[in-house]
Amino acid sequence: MQKSQESTQEDVVRTGKPIIEIKGLHKSFGKSNDILKGLDLTVNEGENLVVLGKSGSGKSVLIKCLVGLIRADQGEISVFGNNITTLDSNNLNAVRIRMGFLFQNAALYDSMTVRENLAFPLKRHQKDISDEDLDKTIRESLDSVGLEEAIDKMPSELSGGMRKRIGLARTLILKPEIMLYDEPTTGLDTITSREISELILAIQKKNKTTAIIITHDMACAKLTADRIVVLKEGVMEAEGTYESLENSEDEWIRSFFI
Amino acid sequence: MVVYLKNKFSDAGTATLFAARFFKEVFRPPLEIKEFLRQCYILGYKSLVLVGITAFIMGLVMTLQSRPTLVEFGAEAWLPGMVALSLVKEIAPVITAVICAGKIASAIGAELGSMKVTEQIDAMEVSAVNPYKYLVVTRVLATTLMIPLLVIFADAIGIFGSYISMNIHTDITLFRFLSKALGSIEFIDIIPATIKTFFFGFFIGMIGCYKGFTAANGTESVGRAANAAVVSASITIFVIDMIAVQITDLFL
Ligand SMILES: Nc1ncnc2c1ncn2[C@@H]1O[C@H](COP(=O)(O)OP(=O)(O)OP(=O)(O)O)[C@@H](O)[C@H]1O
Ligand SMILES: [Mg+2]
Repeated sequence: MQKSQESTQEDVVRTGKPIIEIKGLHKSFGKSNDILKGLDLTVNEGENLVVLGKSGSGKSVLIKCLVGLIRADQGEISVFGNNITTLDSNNLNAVRIRMGFLFQNAALYDSMTVRENLAFPLKRHQKDISDEDLDKTIRESLDSVGLEEAIDKMPSELSGGMRKRIGLARTLILKPEIMLYDEPTTGLDTITSREISELILAIQKKNKTTAIIITHDMACAKLTADRIVVLKEGVMEAEGTYESLENSEDEWIRSFFI
Repeated sequence: MVVYLKNKFSDAGTATLFAARFFKEVFRPPLEIKEFLRQCYILGYKSLVLVGITAFIMGLVMTLQSRPTLVEFGAEAWLPGMVALSLVKEIAPVITAVICAGKIASAIGAELGSMKVTEQIDAMEVSAVNPYKYLVVTRVLATTLMIPLLVIFADAIGIFGSYISMNIHTDITLFRFLSKALGSIEFIDIIPATIKTFFFGFFIGMIGCYKGFTAANGTESVGRAANAAVVSASITIFVIDMIAVQITDLFL
């Protein structure tokens, strides 16, 4: 396993210096439920890293550890040079503002309209923002996901794809430097999936964001990935570009690409 | 059995920590004034009708039922005073609180439970907004202030219900009735009765929030959170009431 990692290392495009560094990450729920067992992972500035792995392999747990939603049992997580596992809540929040998290099912605030959903983080982090600027920023953000007409709708009136895009707009409104996408295209038709994948690419280009994208959707992975890692049994099983993993000698890894 | 006890104790521990956090966060600016007022409106104002109807019926029924006994002892003149006193000291606070445990604690439990299950609380947290402050502090403050107001409202409506019921059998002017009813209530009766309503309010809000925040994953746990909130809040109200009465008994 070690070997295959090293041999693929050269194919990988190094886009910048490391911005996220994970070393020896352990996380278990209860006694016998080890999810992550000493995971090492580095994400470089400006790259789109796609994470593959079977359902339940701990992909969501991994990115939740990154934003401090789940406390790691052991190991080091460094984001922008800050060790997430030891930060106090104020400093952790300072790091969180610079990261965006798109949840698996968008997690829109049900009791608020789309406008209020987007205004919610903005008002709390830019307290002196004027009403006009607020409105302008919200419209811009909605426009970038192509859903300006939904501004006064309630989340319950939106379709799954629209919810994802509104969730994306809400996450983007604080101009994060790192984006974490948890299955951005799952449960959507192929056309909408493609639109979202293209949106992810556009965001990377426009805002120069670094992104971790968790997905089961290989079309999305192919389009967005600069580099792919595969998780298995709590550690990184393989790493490489889409092409190199697609032609991997390991049958298990190839099976993702069918 | 040991595991069961251990779970119970650790649950009590997390609940205490959860509640203690309230006192730490409540004084830390910024206060979410708008959300607080919205909750006061939703939790307080929208319970007026329910509390009003219940209090009216309680006043009416208590008067009707106490009447024969008092008449037998020739003490009918005490009726307004007696009913007013038991309303203000015991019936209105406890009934209002239990009604609100059913209406408010379950609503908070279900709302926060579903926010938890659909990761809305996590989303708030990763956008660097303190969900405890935005969701819990506002709601607990709202119930702590609204329940006492609802109880005062219930006192008034209950006494009015009693007056209506008195008029079924005798002609008594509202003024005379009120002077008899209120004359029996002393200031010293009102204070402990009012103080305990703040505790009722605090615990109704806090238990609803706690059950919602600790809802497990999966949609069925939302229903469970709402249900557990009502049960725990109702029992807590009676326990607080018992303690409050004991304390009053000791010192007054
Ligand atoms: N808060 C939690 N408490 C207990 N167990 C958890 C918790 N979060 C996740 N798990 C467990 O961790 C395991 C991995 O979950 P995770 O959500 O990371 O999987 P995943 O790789 O994202 O899968 P999927 O592709 O289906 O989303 C699961 O077995 C789950 O039961
Ligand atoms: Mg997941």
